[in-house]
Amino acid sequence: MKQLMIGNQAIARGAYEAGATVATAYPGTPSTEIVSSFAEYEGVYAEWAPNEKVAMEVGAGASIAGARTLVAMKHVGVNVAADPLYTLAYTGVNGGLVIVSADDPGMHSSQNEQDNRGYGRFAKLIVIEPSDSQEALDFTKAAFELSEEFDTPVMLRVTTRLSHSQTMVEIGEPQAFKLKEYVKNPAKYVMLPAYARGRHVEVEKKFLRLREYAETTPLNRIEWGNKSLGIITSGVAYQYVKEALPEVSVLKLGMTNPVPQKLITDFAGQVDRLVIVEELEPVIEEQVKSWGIKAEGKNIFSLLGEYNSELIAERLAHVPLPTGFGLEGDVPARPPLLCAGCPHRGVFHTLKKMKLTVMGDIGCYTLGALSPLDGMDACICMGASIGSALGMEKARGPEQAKKTVAVIGDSTFVHSGITALIDVVYNQGHTTVLILDNDTTAMTGHQDHPATGKTITRQATRKLDLLALVKAIGVEHVQVVDPLQLNDLESSLQEALNRQEPSVIIAKRPCVLLHPVTLASRYYVDDELCTGCKSCIKLGCTGVSFDDENKKAIINPGCTACGLCPQVCKFNAIKKMEV
Amino acid sequence: MPDKTTNILIVGVGGQGTLLTSRIIAQVAVQMGYDVKVSEVHGMAQRGGSVVSQVRYGNKIYSPIIKKGDADIILAFEKVESARWLDFLKPDGMVIINNERVNPLPVLSGKVKYPDQIHEKVAACLKDTVMVDATDIASQCGNPKAANVVLVGMLCKAIGLPEEEVEKAIRDIVPAKAIQVNLLAFKKGCELMAG
Repeated sequence: MKQLMIGNQAIARGAYEAGATVATAYPGTPSTEIVSSFAEYEGVYAEWAPNEKVAMEVGAGASIAGARTLVAMKHVGVNVAADPLYTLAYTGVNGGLVIVSADDPGMHSSQNEQDNRGYGRFAKLIVIEPSDSQEALDFTKAAFELSEEFDTPVMLRVTTRLSHSQTMVEIGEPQAFKLKEYVKNPAKYVMLPAYARGRHVEVEKKFLRLREYAETTPLNRIEWGNKSLGIITSGVAYQYVKEALPEVSVLKLGMTNPVPQKLITDFAGQVDRLVIVEELEPVIEEQVKSWGIKAEGKNIFSLLGEYNSELIAERLAHVPLPTGFGLEGDVPARPPLLCAGCPHRGVFHTLKKMKLTVMGDIGCYTLGALSPLDGMDACICMGASIGSALGMEKARGPEQAKKTVAVIGDSTFVHSGITALIDVVYNQGHTTVLILDNDTTAMTGHQDHPATGKTITRQATRKLDLLALVKAIGVEHVQVVDPLQLNDLESSLQEALNRQEPSVIIAKRPCVLLHPVTLASRYYVDDELCTGCKSCIKLGCTGVSFDDENKKAIINPGCTACGLCPQVCKFNAIKKMEV
Repeated sequence: MPDKTTNILIVGVGGQGTLLTSRIIAQVAVQMGYDVKVSEVHGMAQRGGSVVSQVRYGNKIYSPIIKKGDADIILAFEKVESARWLDFLKPDGMVIINNERVNPLPVLSGKVKYPDQIHEKVAACLKDTVMVDATDIASQCGNPKAANVVLVGMLCKAIGLPEEEVEKAIRDIVPAKAIQVNLLAFKKGCELMAG
């Protein structure tokens, strides 16, 4: 019987059915559920790697050792893993190696919307794009076959709308896959220049074979309809096209690198007008045009964000967009925000109070950048906080270090903050680093990491000791503070900033969502004492709000009694009562 | 089986349980033999942002997302969210609103006011708008978090889903210890709409 699965679960199922026995990833929306779902199958190995580069390297080793291997990451994670990835295209594989790149058009939960099909052309990888969960399962299985047949890693490129949409799936039986024999072969796997030159020849040869294969692969298909309009499309955009224009002719590309020149040329020759509908970059369009074929694409559709069926109907069939009800003006924006009781809130309140320059990082705490906390100056990518704080100090001199902090979460520090901290020590920076240790990878849905002491399957393992690690790097001034104790936090920060040496403050308190609070006490506002100054409101917490009629603060039911707002109230108006 | 696609938009604030609700409704549609697609929001918006889950079912569904002006019904877990997503509703569509206010960040920080009489403004646009104190009703059933299932009960009656199919889906999807409360909350929702 068919069942509903999100795309990510279907990829995991496909890998399992293909006989994959090793899967590795660093969590990142929208890719996270791929390997966490895979981990639920019996008889397989799944892991959270500290970052995507390590995941790719574990994947490389497992493939060379003969196992079918799945490596998953979000689009920007592929940047981290790009170094091994490019060279894996040269070495090729032994057991099939499938790399999932989960792109995020529309930036639902990302810092950019790069189109990773570009990696396919650049690194000479096969790129496969499913358009629903059934294809996610089937194409993953096909990807393992192709990886072995053409001796190359295969990139399965998906997008948020596929990863996080549930569609109907018919599952199959898992296939028994015997570990392939491992034979030492330095000319294939040791990428010394002399060997690499030989492998580059192989890459180009197999790409010629792949171009031939692309012409006939069942991954690509034509659905003939009215020939006045022909559309070439891939991924979830195919679904939008079918929804909007069910009567037109469609060439659906399941393999988008390499693209089939002859198939496309024939298709183009049979339709009056050719339009390419692809989200983000004109990857297919530019190739088609380079062959001298007249085609439209980005002259009609945006380079930005996600598409949808009404957009396609409007642009290609002139169906007007609905006018709506005109209430938008009444609706306040609702950006995401730190949870009530979040241990990060006190940190950003303090950083703002101290008027510090804050080089931030990727995680829930990036939300500290928003009003009213306004607590961040820059946030670039995973791990960038520490290096960029050092750069700021080196550019503007040691005085800058006295008013600059790097803020980074525990999981992000392990991901790619450690080497930057080594740079600070090595190059004699005075940088102050705040590690916000909430004992989880919170933003992506609470995955474990080396410093939580638990594996992907929640088994106990050796816990990475952040304090000992930081000391071993050579930071002599390390403090551990509770971020909900604002006075301690501020004095620790001030002391660290004044030092002519690197300092690390570990702000340690678990994510409030990890351990549901059982309230031993509650807070309330004493109306006699509340002056309506709104100091508590400036914490930006859903647990406390301002009563416009009464001109007083009120504690809301969502309050977790974290004790932050009483600390910022100058009039002792927020009081505790036992329950 | 009628050759008609049903589009249901479930809107709320990250953490309110839109994901679970969409999964219950989708499971009902699967049990009834429809083609079903559901689009969910994971990641950053789940931290108190505006979230939307979309359920589509019918004989053949292509797009996992609902077109503007094409939703048959909106379930709103929070008042202002009903207005935010209203443009996705058909002109003759229906909105079921939980009478719950969650202040968004710009309201919390005092930059803008929470809109007055948002329910009345939504109601003025439509033929069918229902507002209900689902959180109170769920509390009476044993857990305020079952408010979303009160709304599912109302939806069930509004679009004519078989009650026993919804109950089966609740039993399959809701964690064991919460099943009884949810079944009770569901019944209450059905009664509200029927009455």
